[in-house]
Formats: sequence, C-alpha cells, structure tokens
Amino acid sequence: MLIIILSISLFFAVLLAFVGDWRYAPEINIAGSAATFAAGVALALQVYLHGPMMGGHKFFFVDAFNVYLAVLTSFVSMTTAIFSRRYMRLEREHGRVGHWKMRFYHAMYQLFIFAMLLALLTNNFGVLWISMELATLSTVLLVSLYRTPTAIEAAWKYFILCGVGIAQALFGTVLLYFAAERVLGVGGDALLWTNLSQVSSQLEPTVLRLAFVFLMVGYGTKVGLVPLHNWLPDAHSEGPTPISAVLSGLLLNVALYALVRCKVLVDGSTGTHMAGRMLMGFGLLSILVAAFSLLRQKDIKRMFSYSSIENMGVATFAFGIGGPIATFGALLHMLVHSLTKSAIFFTAGHAAQMHGTQEMDKIRGLIKGNPVVGWAFIFGAIALVGMPPFGLFASEFLILTATIKDAPLLTPLLLLGLGVAFAAIFRKVQPMVTGLVPSWQTPLKAAHVPVLLHMTLVLILGLYMPRFLSDWFHLAVGILK
Amino acid sequence: MTLPLAAQINSVMAALILLTAFGLLIQRRILGLLHLFAWQGFFLSVSTAIVGYVTGVHHLFISSLLTLTFKVILLPYILYALMKKLKIRREIESMVNIPGTMLIGIALVIFSYHLTSPITHLSNLVTRSTLAVALATVMLGLLMMVTRSHAVTQIIGFLAMENGLFFAATSATYGMPMVVELGVALDLLIAALIFGIFFFHISTTFDSLDVAQMAKLKEED
Repeated sequence: MLIIILSISLFFAVLLAFVGDWRYAPEINIAGSAATFAAGVALALQVYLHGPMMGGHKFFFVDAFNVYLAVLTSFVSMTTAIFSRRYMRLEREHGRVGHWKMRFYHAMYQLFIFAMLLALLTNNFGVLWISMELATLSTVLLVSLYRTPTAIEAAWKYFILCGVGIAQALFGTVLLYFAAERVLGVGGDALLWTNLSQVSSQLEPTVLRLAFVFLMVGYGTKVGLVPLHNWLPDAHSEGPTPISAVLSGLLLNVALYALVRCKVLVDGSTGTHMAGRMLMGFGLLSILVAAFSLLRQKDIKRMFSYSSIENMGVATFAFGIGGPIATFGALLHMLVHSLTKSAIFFTAGHAAQMHGTQEMDKIRGLIKGNPVVGWAFIFGAIALVGMPPFGLFASEFLILTATIKDAPLLTPLLLLGLGVAFAAIFRKVQPMVTGLVPSWQTPLKAAHVPVLLHMTLVLILGLYMPRFLSDWFHLAVGILK
Repeated sequence: MTLPLAAQINSVMAALILLTAFGLLIQRRILGLLHLFAWQGFFLSVSTAIVGYVTGVHHLFISSLLTLTFKVILLPYILYALMKKLKIRREIESMVNIPGTMLIGIALVIFSYHLTSPITHLSNLVTRSTLAVALATVMLGLLMMVTRSHAVTQIIGFLAMENGLFFAATSATYGMPMVVELGVALDLLIAALIFGIFFFHISTTFDSLDVAQMAKLKEED
C-alpha cells in the first residue's frame, strides 16, 4: 500500500504531462488525487489495525505521526483539485493560461503531491531532504505561472531563498549521518528513522547540537519561521490560488514534520531541552512578527499568507514546549489549520476572480454578490482567528493551557500575538463581506463543494473529536516524547 | 599511495577549492566566474577520487564521476550556452566594496573552523581536517548569493554551495549513501532546468538579468 499510494501520483504526473491540456484534464487530475486519497485511507486503516509498519526494504515507514499527515495531504490535494477545475477553467477563459501552461500546471500539481507524500512516508533522512527540495522545485514555476513581473520576482525569491535555506538542512543531514555512522555503521541504514530513533541516546550530543542548528535553519526556512520567512508571503500570494492553498495548507506542514522528527532525535541524544527552546523562540517570534505584519496588508492572499506564518508559529511553539497537552494541541493545530487555510484560499481566490483584483479595498459586498462564497469566507475567517466552535479554538486552547502550565512567562506574548492577529483579520474581512455589490463585481460559478466540506470538518473537529483521531494523536504524542 | 600522502593531496585540493571559492566571490566577469566554477568542480572531483582510492570506498568513484559530468562539463556548458543565447557573455557586474566582502569571507572561514573543531576531534578519517573548508565553501557561496545581484552570479553561488555540501559529505563521512547522492544529483539537474527557464523569463520581462530591479514586492508602509 505504501508503494501504491506513491506510484499513483507519480503515474498521474507523467500522464498529465501529455494530456494536461485536454478538455477533461481537470477531471483526470481530480481522479488521480481521489485515487491517492483512497489509497491513503486504506493505508490509514492498515496502520490503525496493525500498528506502524515498513515497506519497500525499510525504505518507507508509517506510524501514527506521519499517517495522519499523509491522509490530510491526499485529502486536501483532492479537494484542491476539485476547486482547481472551476478556477483554472475561468483563468483559461480570461486568457491568463494557455495550452502549455495547463499541461505544465497539471503535471506539476501531481508531482508536487508525490514529493510531499514521499517526504512524509520515507524512512530515510536523506530522502526526506531530497523530496523537500523536489517539492520546492516543482512549485517554483507554478508560482511564476502568470509571468507577470511580480510573479517572476516572487518565484525567483522562492527559488533562491529556499535553495539557500534547504542547503543548510543538507549540511545538517551530513552531520547527522556522521554521528549515526559511528553507532550504526556505514551505509544507507544509518540514516533510517527506525534505526536512529532506537539509538538516539548513543548519538554524539556535540554533533547533534550543531546538526540541529543547521536543520532548524534549513527546514525552518521552509516552514516560514521568522526571520527566514521573506519568501513566503510573495510565493503564496502571486501564484494561482489552488497552488497557494496547497503551499500554505500542506507544504508548510510537511516542513514542520521534518523539523519535529529531527528534534526528537536531538532530544534523545542531548537529553536537554535545547531543541525545544529553539523551536519555542522561533515560533513565538513568528507569531508576533506575523501578527503585526497582518495589520498592514492590502492584498487579500498576502494577508492570509502572513496568517499561515502566524499559525505555523503557533504549532512550532507548541512542539517546542513539548509535553502531552502541547504536542496534542500542535498535532491538532496542523490538521485544522491546513483545512481552514485551504478553505479560506478557495473563497479568497473566488473573491479575487469576482472583482478582478486581489486588493482588499476593492473587494466589497461578497454576501450579496455570492452568498455561499461570502458566508464561507466569514466563517472561515472566524475559524482562522480561533473562535469557538471551530477546531482552531480547541487546538489553540490546548496550546494556551500548556503554555500557562509550562512556560507561564510567555503567556502574555502568545496572547498578544493571537489577539493582534484576531483584530487584524477581522478588521479587514468584515468590510469585504458586508455592504453593497460594487459595479466592478462580476458573478461567477464558484466551486462550493471543497469549501463546504472543509468548513464542516473544521466545525466537527471543534465540537467532537473522533475516537480514532484521538487514539492516533495519543500514539503520536508517545512517539514525539 | 600511502595514507599520509593521500591526506596531503586532499588538503591541497581543499585549499584549491577554498581559493576558487574566494575567486568566485570577487570575480566580476561572468565568463571568468564560469571558469572558476568549473575548476572548483574539477578539484572536488579529484579529491573525491583520491579519497575513494586510498580508502577503498568504491562508490566514491561514482560520486567523483557524477561531479565531473555535472559540475565540470554539463552545468558550465549549459550556463555558457544560455549566456551566449541571452548575449551576456561579456557582461561585467558592478560591485561595491570588494575588500569588505573579502574580509567578511575570511571571518566566515575562521567561524567555520571554530564551529567544526569539536567535530573533527571525534573523527578518525583521513579527510577530517577538510570539513571546515567544506563548511567555509558553503558559507562563501551563501555570501556570494547575498552580495551579488546578477541572476547568473546568484546561481553560480548556489552551485558553489552545493559543491561545498558535497565536499562536506566526503570529508565527514566518505560520502552519503548512494541513494541520497543520486537523489541530490537529480534535484540539481531539475534545478538547472528551472533556472535555465528562469533566465529567459527574467530577461524577457525585465530586459536584463540584474535581479536588483525586481523589488516590487515589499511591505508598504
């Protein structure tokens, strides 16, 4: 099953490279993503029934931590493919993308999904690095798809800054291998998570400490942690909206996953809280800087990109605190943030298409213009700022509780960040949805299913935690201890 | 070849790699940058082959061959062809404060030695002394990407960083596992494809490959 789930997206990437501009290519894209999702659910069932397992000569590995991210990744990529069908058709009618670009877009979309799933499911830290880089490379040219000067600038920044960042992570991986080789012997097995996690207490702490600094900078750049975040608002706001949704909703999670796996090894080796402290520092800084940057935004997608930095900061901070409550909260936060943020990008993309601009001052009267988009947008925003009864309330509440218990002095700073973010987003969203329909607004056939699906799930997760999910999270908390 | 002799040769190669890294940092002519980059790749390849020969780690020969094909022949050739097509072969980049950049570079080298000294004590490989040089090459590539504003120069800085990483893998551990090295090479190849496309996009949209003019995306106050 492990190999099947990966080969589906790779197969569809190759297929769509040839037929990506066909009339029914968006449907093929949906079919591919749906098949991946089905395989993901089957994989999750296996893991749920039989526990963690390995596949492909120990090359792949699933446990409670990565299986839920793999299911989430395949689910959001499926709903995004559904959204992208309407969205890209409209873009094509507007003449913003042609035949070649459609082909390229569809093929790269599937390749990107493949890269993320490979990063999540691989057992080898080297391959984890390779697939993270592949995920960046496959989206660089999607960010510049429209070929406007700003889009090219954003993509170049994305390429260069992430390239520099991720190179540091490779150096960290070399150091990790150096330490591992002394315990596990030469060869590919020394980089396997399943081996390393067993012997982590024997790894040389001086080497691992240095390695973690490099890994932190490298994968931290990909998570978008301040001060390594410069590329993120540009890359997430200039590309086509489906790409913004998967970049913000999924790729950031995968990068954080890589970072957390590294942290577990370093903690095991050093026996101190050094890695956790670094995560807390970077996380808190990201929350505060992003919250205050939110106040100044004028572009709708750019604003929500900053909100992604803020939310990833919350999750990073919580992983840094450690302990069962904070880790549980962080895992839940990754899940609900991903669902909410992609839903928000879907509605924001439609809002921008209706008004022909991404400037928030020009977007008005969404509820009157298109009630479903308008209401989904406002509920999405309410969910995003952490209001009950949505899932982000639950996760942020858990994280706050853990902060009060384990790091009481940081509580005011965390609350300040969350409060400012709340005010900033609400102040901008409220005038966009209410009021009269402006003359430049054009009606459009929106893709409602993905948004409604995501919002329903976020609502359910805020009210009720399914048994299998809490079981998984408890298992994952055990792994990350 | 005896081990001490091999260690000596390896150190000489490390010195030459560091020298080319400094050369890259201050070379203003684009064609000159390409030559330096190819030489750096060549020294790296020779060093890898020697280490592979004396230690009997045979997959290092494959790594060495990969470096030779990609970094010495293929990538410089692709870059040269692109520059010919975009007519920027003879372009000279304006740079400010070369002595300052050199001083920062020297500071970075010292910093690298400082960072890696606790690690080199732990190692008993012939190549351990060169880990600091490898890290310095990475840092100098980074510095080059920060201080330069030409798209081609930034890419060469990026590739020089990759050279440093590769060198680090050889000196710290006699090379990463084969699957990782092949994967990294594949990523590099894709990256080369992408920046090739980028050069065309940038030069047609902005009329030049100077990326300093791409400064529209900023926070407004």
